[in-house]
Amino acid sequence: MRIVVAMRQLADLVEELEVSDDGTDIDREFVKFISNEWDEAALEEALTLKDELGATVTVVALDEPDVDQTLYAALAKGADRVVKLTGHDPDTWVRSRERAQRLASFLTGESFDLVLTGVQAADDLDGQLAGILGSLLELPHAAVVVGVEGSDSKVRVTQELGGGLLGVSELDLPAVLGIQAAKQAPRYAPISRIRQAMQTGEIGEHEVELSDSAVQVKVRRLYPPESTGAGATMLKGSPKEVAAEIIEIIKSKGLV
Amino acid sequence: MSVDVLVIAEAVAGEVLDVTYELLGKGRELSDGFSGELGAVLIGEPSPQDLFGAADVLYSMSGMEAGYCAPQWEMALGEVLRSADPKVVLVSTGTVGIDLAGALATQFGGVLASYVIDAVMEEGSLVVTSQLYGGKLLSEVEIDSFPAVLSVLPGSFVSDAGRVAGEPRREVIDVGGSVSSAKGVAIELREPDSSGVDITAAPLLVSVGRGIGSKENVELVAELAEAMKAPLSASRPVIDQGWLPKPHQVGKSGKKVKPTVYLAFGISGAPEHLEGMRSADVIIACNTDAKAPIFEVAHYGTTLDLFDLVPELTDQVGG
Ligand SMILES: Cc1cc2nc3c(=O)[nH]c(=O)nc-3n(C[C@H](O)[C@H](O)[C@H](O)COP(=O)(O)OP(=O)(O)OC[C@H]3O[C@@H](n4cnc5c(N)ncnc54)[C@H](O)[C@@H]3O)c2cc1C
Repeated sequence: MRIVVAMRQLADLVEELEVSDDGTDIDREFVKFISNEWDEAALEEALTLKDELGATVTVVALDEPDVDQTLYAALAKGADRVVKLTGHDPDTWVRSRERAQRLASFLTGESFDLVLTGVQAADDLDGQLAGILGSLLELPHAAVVVGVEGSDSKVRVTQELGGGLLGVSELDLPAVLGIQAAKQAPRYAPISRIRQAMQTGEIGEHEVELSDSAVQVKVRRLYPPESTGAGATMLKGSPKEVAAEIIEIIKSKGLV
Repeated sequence: MSVDVLVIAEAVAGEVLDVTYELLGKGRELSDGFSGELGAVLIGEPSPQDLFGAADVLYSMSGMEAGYCAPQWEMALGEVLRSADPKVVLVSTGTVGIDLAGALATQFGGVLASYVIDAVMEEGSLVVTSQLYGGKLLSEVEIDSFPAVLSVLPGSFVSDAGRVAGEPRREVIDVGGSVSSAKGVAIELREPDSSGVDITAAPLLVSVGRGIGSKENVELVAELAEAMKAPLSASRPVIDQGWLPKPHQVGKSGKKVKPTVYLAFGISGAPEHLEGMRSADVIIACNTDAKAPIFEVAHYGTTLDLFDLVPELTDQVGG
């Protein structure tokens, strides 16, 4: 089975996110970019399928800040090939509609059975990638996937349908899946292996030129949520004092 | 016959979810703004307790197969969209929204906004607010080309506005032909794992998020839960990492809980987590990031490090 994993970089949510001067994007200059956590689950699922079925795994990502790090780490974890797509400004917000177009353009020249990507990324304003990509490629797709079992011509997927209900279905291959969680937590690549991948591995490059631009919503502004005023009463003091206050609150409700 | 706004009813397990009524309420408001009709589409047959009175027309399907299969649902909904020809489609950011909204918008050449929390008509444009970066930022977008698909975060609108009795016109659309050509089939639906702990019944929940850092550290919060005689619940990453079993998960794909007091340690407050616990009577959150979205819904908060606070709480409860 030939598996392509589409990964991407995303601002680290642990960081403070500032809005850019023109108000329509985050200020990308001082942000730390990390690999999207759901894409890591997609990579893990691909590598697990490789272990089980002997698949080949290609990882593809748009050129974005620190993407080389993610691609080398993927090689260190067991990906067979990594490709970086160029042809756009790597320091801007490439929205999911355009991202899907760029990936679709690359995939049109590839032979593959399965495309795996994360169920979502935190800036998917224009929708989640798997569905858009599947639609552009006219392939069956499914998202919120928590189980993938492959065979030669079909894939059996388990999807979360909300509230704990699971749906199992069988899709024809090739197919595009948005992975919510892999069978196991993403594996870890030790620094030494990543270093080795940087020395011996190679990141392929592929330039994408789009003939038409994606239809996407026009962003007027981004802004931090205004505190509703109904926000939390902040408890101040030492851990001992705060703990005492919390216990008081719980006791006042007749609990503990 | 076309409608201006079409609501996709989320009833995967046969029961219409609350969010559908939120969408119907909002849909009514938007379609009145267009001075047009509001449609609703339900995959499956409505049951007597379903209230679709807010809509003018209810589309249902014949020839639809049982169970959930994304390509089949996409085909079926595509047929309805072609027939109803709406300007705006409202769907929840649940299974159908995450799975199919992008594909439907792409097919129909329309724009899509996801994680939507508000939508209003302003001088012929639709102005839509979405929650990005796990709730840390909001975006305001302007839509003046239609069709537009909005995938709405559950809990964004009041559901009572859409909970209206009445008999909308019925239109049945035969989707059998297209569904049979879909490149997929449904195999089975599996009920949630109900073994082990029942976190939905407890009046007090001690909940732990990724801020705990490792499986070993979960023990620290487990000790507090035990001292408080409360079950331990958790956010999704804690479950996905295998630090706690699935029945402990609170949120969109976990359990909906409504305890008297919900203690949240190291949980950021992503919309999917809030969906499961925002209606707790009292929420007390501990998170070192003063800007964490959890503080927007919490009643009490502290930016103390959980590793300092939790042992202190355990000591004081025990003592
Ligand atoms: C379809 C779908 C369904 C989902 N369903 C669910 C669901 O059911 N339930 C759910 O929870 N999520 C769900 N999610 C995932 C959700 O989007 C978030 O990823 C998740 O809720 C984040 O969990 P968290 O808050 O524990 O982790 P994070 O967002 O990583 O937050 C960790 C927090 O801990 C804080 N912290 C770190 N160290 C400390 C410390 N020492 N002391 C105090 N605070 C600290 C940090 O400041 C941070 O805010 C779903 C996502 C999707 C796409």
